[in-house]
Amino acid sequence: MTTLSPAVGERLVHKAFPPISRHTLALYCGASGDHNPMHVDIDFARQAGFPDVFSHGMLVMAYLGQALTDAVSPVAIRSFSTRFAAITQLGSRLTCEGTVTELFEAGGERRARLALTAKDADGETKLAGEAVIAL
Amino acid sequence: MVDQSAVGRSFTPITARVEPGRLRYFFNTIGERNPVYRDAKAAEAVGFAAVPVPPTYLFCLEMMDNDRPFEFLEALNIDLARVLHGEQGFTYHAPVVVGDTLTFQSEVTDVTDKKGGALTFVGVRTRVTNQAGLHVADTTRTIVVRN
Repeated sequence: MTTLSPAVGERLVHKAFPPISRHTLALYCGASGDHNPMHVDIDFARQAGFPDVFSHGMLVMAYLGQALTDAVSPVAIRSFSTRFAAITQLGSRLTCEGTVTELFEAGGERRARLALTAKDADGETKLAGEAVIAL
Repeated sequence: MVDQSAVGRSFTPITARVEPGRLRYFFNTIGERNPVYRDAKAAEAVGFAAVPVPPTYLFCLEMMDNDRPFEFLEALNIDLARVLHGEQGFTYHAPVVVGDTLTFQSEVTDVTDKKGGALTFVGVRTRVTNQAGLHVADTTRTIVVRN
């Protein structure tokens, strides 16, 4: 169990990731089992009306999860959810952050709610979500 | 277009095993270096029986071991090229670790038209149980269909 005792407003999560390459997307197809051609086949993406392939939302969520579990032990995570606010383009350099928004009790334990974001280098929010962790 | 008749529809249960080599490939792909995910002893030190899956991996397992990973799109006659992922959620009830065998049972929970029918949001909830029948997690997702 974690020994965190955060305060509301505290930033617990902060991690930056390298640019998303075509190679990363190809690897992620195999690693995730998500073989949607939208993420690796430029012809398919163009036919669907997009200028190029773009990242799996779940790759971005995996990065956000990684940033979260760098800060909070995986055993303490009770829930994790996100909204995919914008498409994440090739080459995006993402920064993931999480701030404590609420401290409460549930399920017989002290918990914290975190507001989470994944933003690109222009500050555009790609994912907005939250996690509940046990303290 | 997907309509309300899809609500309550359930799909073939998927069974998936958490295999260490495939999990390591996932960690390599996302650049995960946390010892909890790399070393069984570090995982045991924080209370896991073995190396755990990372927070989003349940979504992957459900697709990876599925003969028809886009079954529910096919069943609802949704074109893959017109789909975006709108929301994804996980609620964790018990640990999932290497060696576990999970069963995923999905059903459509809601269908909502947006922007005057230009978009349809399809909600799917999945109940996840392990080899002991323990209810380990629930996942929710919203698929956005561009009509």
